[in-house]
Amino acid sequence: MSRDLRNPLARARGLGSAKEGVSHWMLQRVTALGLVFLTVWFVVTVLGLMHSDYATARATLAKPWNAVLLAALLITMFRHAVLGLQVVIEDYVHTRWLEVVSLVLIKFIAVLAALAGVLAVLRVALGS
Amino acid sequence: MAQTGRPLSPHLQVYKWQVQMVTSILHRATGIVLAVGSLLLVWGLAAVAAGPEAFATFTDCAGSPLGMVVLFGWTLAFFYHLANGIRHLVQDTGTGYSIPAFVRSSWLSIIVSIVLTVAVWAYVLAGGHA
Repeated sequence: MSRDLRNPLARARGLGSAKEGVSHWMLQRVTALGLVFLTVWFVVTVLGLMHSDYATARATLAKPWNAVLLAALLITMFRHAVLGLQVVIEDYVHTRWLEVVSLVLIKFIAVLAALAGVLAVLRVALGS
Repeated sequence: MAQTGRPLSPHLQVYKWQVQMVTSILHRATGIVLAVGSLLLVWGLAAVAAGPEAFATFTDCAGSPLGMVVLFGWTLAFFYHLANGIRHLVQDTGTGYSIPAFVRSSWLSIIVSIVLTVAVWAYVLAGGHA
């Protein structure tokens, strides 16, 4: 016996009670997959720069591909961090106002940090 | 959620500790650590952009005893979240859900993250000569 108690329109939209469908779940996985490659590349790059002087470190970051990957890393990383922290806050912060404030705060911090990081990469890449 | 004072699921106090619980909790904990650590990464990049003096301040902090401890913890958190994250991505395809496979992959996440952390720090402490 198959019985679906949902409204046919709700079922067709497929957005569920949170009204966003599987977008959170899917974006968390897609950013995770991107970060597998970007973070390993970053760790290898940083280990290669160990004990190098300022000029070498700067010149390495200024290479176009490195700058592009670094910007991609920053944006993907902070997006993934917000998705993850959001779930932790929703699970453990039981005081409603504190929960909402925390959810907004992590988004503000993540956006500012991502913008600051990308600006730093651009300054190095464009040499200003 | 209403604060009723009643115990909350998943009632950790009545469970026997199992490795799958530890890997699940560690995934969240390391995720939080990495989120905070990503702010330090932005500090490092901003230091490179700001100039040699700011960069020297950054590398002095990173190379200090406290900085090394933070970097070591960061490395361990990173490799754990990476290994266990890949495990979760594999599980998202619907594979590895039998209890023995689940326990095995849990231990694999822990062991791989420790091995990779030790490997990276052996390389670092050897002065970058593999």
